[in-house]
Amino acid sequence: MPPSLPAKILPLAAAAALLASGCSSGATTTDAGPPRPGGTLTIAVGSNPDCLDPQQTGTNAALNVGRQLVDSLTDQDPATGEIKPWLAERWESNADSTSFTFHLRSGATFADGTPLDAAAVKTSFDGVKALGTKSLLGLGYLVAYRGATVVDPRTVRIDFTAPSAQFLQASSTMSLGILAPAAYRKTPEQRCQGDGLIGSGPFVFDSFKQNADIVITKRKGYAWGSSLWRHQGEAYLDRIDYKIVPEPGVRTGSVLSGQIGATTEVQPVDEAQFQGNGFSEQTRPNPGIVFNLHANVTRGVLTDDNVRQALVNGVNRQEVVDTVLSPNYKPATSILASTTPLHADLSAQLAYDPAGAARLLDTGGWVPGADGIRTRNGQRLTATVVYAPLFNQSQSVLELIQQQLRRIGFDLVLEPHPNAEVLQIQQANGYDLLWYNVTRADPDILRNNFSTKAGNRSRLQPGNPLDAVLDAQAATVDPAARQQPVTEAQRLIVANGYAIPVFELTQVVALGPDAHAVNFEASSRLQLFDTWVSGS
Amino acid sequence: MRRYLLRRAGQAVLVLWAAFTVSFVILYLLPGDAVLAKLGGADAGTALTAEQVARAQAEYGVDDPWPVQYGKRLLAALHGDFGTSVTTGDSATHMVLTALPPTLAVAGLGLVLAILFGGGAALAGTYTRHRWLGTLLQSLPPLGISLPVFWVGLVLIQIFSFQLRVLPALGNHGPESLILPAITLALPTGAVIGQVLAKSLRTQLAEPYVEIVRARGAGRATVHFGHVLRNAAIPALTMLGVVTGQLLAGSVVTETVFSRDGVGRVTTAAVNAQDVPVVQAVIVLAAFCFVVINLAVDLLYPLLDPRVRREAAHV
Repeated sequence: MPPSLPAKILPLAAAAALLASGCSSGATTTDAGPPRPGGTLTIAVGSNPDCLDPQQTGTNAALNVGRQLVDSLTDQDPATGEIKPWLAERWESNADSTSFTFHLRSGATFADGTPLDAAAVKTSFDGVKALGTKSLLGLGYLVAYRGATVVDPRTVRIDFTAPSAQFLQASSTMSLGILAPAAYRKTPEQRCQGDGLIGSGPFVFDSFKQNADIVITKRKGYAWGSSLWRHQGEAYLDRIDYKIVPEPGVRTGSVLSGQIGATTEVQPVDEAQFQGNGFSEQTRPNPGIVFNLHANVTRGVLTDDNVRQALVNGVNRQEVVDTVLSPNYKPATSILASTTPLHADLSAQLAYDPAGAARLLDTGGWVPGADGIRTRNGQRLTATVVYAPLFNQSQSVLELIQQQLRRIGFDLVLEPHPNAEVLQIQQANGYDLLWYNVTRADPDILRNNFSTKAGNRSRLQPGNPLDAVLDAQAATVDPAARQQPVTEAQRLIVANGYAIPVFELTQVVALGPDAHAVNFEASSRLQLFDTWVSGS
Repeated sequence: MRRYLLRRAGQAVLVLWAAFTVSFVILYLLPGDAVLAKLGGADAGTALTAEQVARAQAEYGVDDPWPVQYGKRLLAALHGDFGTSVTTGDSATHMVLTALPPTLAVAGLGLVLAILFGGGAALAGTYTRHRWLGTLLQSLPPLGISLPVFWVGLVLIQIFSFQLRVLPALGNHGPESLILPAITLALPTGAVIGQVLAKSLRTQLAEPYVEIVRARGAGRATVHFGHVLRNAAIPALTMLGVVTGQLLAGSVVTETVFSRDGVGRVTTAAVNAQDVPVVQAVIVLAAFCFVVINLAVDLLYPLLDPRVRREAAHV
């Protein structure tokens, strides 16, 4: 931790006081009258999307663009997590969630004029499956995909070889958004650059200059919007110009000086500048797995249940949020973020309790050494956390956690690595703790990361109780039936310290005085259909 | 003279081959690969099984043994094909060549400004009769070298774009977007040129021939700009190769601060993602630039210095 910590805390505390009044998730502070069509929104994004095809890419920078270009079979209500009609008017699934039948609305067409029918949906799903590992998110959503069947021009059935309850939510994401059959006559590489990126969405791809900007324009005659949107018909904006601005200070200054309409990825220290004077913020925590220290139970001191449980209680989540982040970020209340459907509030189990943590370590036979770090039979109580510097504040957060854990006699060693190496280390079982988060608006993401049949980052043994509840929740789309196994999964993960949840990653978008109704969809990516600009 | 040129050209080809090979070896030995970087980057943490990773590596053809990969890549590189970028899906050659013009524009203008700043300070500093002015001007280069490029860039943006609102803070549209990045790049580069030129100007001014020229009745300006500058220019010219490297390195920072497309941005992204085809294309391009500039400098020497001309004629 840098020595200037108190100097950082004071302005943040002031910002907290300012924020406490008005800013809540999804609220706009200015009311500029009724929405009006026309105009261009320029919005800054922090990184180059590399590839624009939403079926292939998994980065926020790309999905924020892709969402506007493609429609999905369904949509997910950000407030309730419910799946709602979009291209599909209604749908059924069988009892074990291996077969889903979608009834498409009529009249929807792709930007090249071809109809969006059952055959096009089949081509699109087969196309995602054919991408293989080129479509990382799609790969996860369609892992058991058997195939799609055209029942009639407006009915398509999608079959799986194993229960896939998560698929219904996946059908609402842009990763499974429908591209025109013509798109698959181009190579995946061409689609990445926008060539053949033909969707049925409210905006149409215009141009992509690497490291500079992406332009999309309004689809004329669009009339098949999601049932969740505030208005129907065409989008309000004529044009959206995404500017790629890597330097956070330049993004902030550009919005404040009026050169750009809005910016994503506002840094916690800059947030206070967008409160008042016509500026506003839109924020939403990402659903899915919160930022956490994921423990490998097969290595070193983390094989001891007492140690892992002590870590759960030895992290002061509120202090992390208060000192390193901002009031827009929430301390974790479970391994799932509060915006994830079926999230269970485990804040009592996650309360900061250094005395309790110390007791657990005493029970485990860990004795404080001369330097304050505990030992047992000559073994030091230490573990290494492997992380990639993808989120700007990760390093500072981990440094603070390091200090907090030192107080209970635990030595946390930080080990930053480039992205490529992190995955390799993970594959080679070369980590004690992994620092990461995953965005997904379905609790099935727990199965992806904790099941011994999937990612299994804790390196658990097959047949453990967690496996059973993760399988159970994957077998039904009925939220009432999923609630119990999903709650039990979260409880088992926290109680056993398989992962130590820390905070919920939050999207913070700053708006200039002319930008209105920049919204988030259920996965906290930008939804710009209802967005409009004034004064242009 | 012809053999001199042939030998230089042969050396240039050797340098390019070495750049290709060394970059291949280094990139091959790096832990991790582009496919892993891509898989790991999707959402900072999608958990994959070992089989999925192995399948991806097979799909991207990175599971070939390294001599096979080397042979394939070298052969393709001779045709100007460095492979396909794993992150963008675009051809590496196309990516680098598209990024080159905006970088050349900033670097070119930056170099011109650097020569004006650095050369001007050095000439004025050595020419002036006011000692305080000379001291002041000669203290500028060390100052220029010690200023961090990103800091200079941010200060310029803050003043000219956010406060005065006369120049754009970002993008590469139009000549006005060149000005701030070129000045940012010119400061450290100009400082280097200024320091080298000032030192050799002072050395030349102390040479006996200066007294002879003066004795023949030449004025101060004629001595300074006619005779001394011409001789002092050679070491400064040699610095061009070094300065080119500095401009390229500086472009990484200026392009990031000013949100411009260019070779610098492409390079950082490719290095972060371990996007081997793109990194290698950049390395070979950089080697090519060095080779061409040094060749040009070598060919300029004989024009400036008759002694080099005579030597060159004999080899």
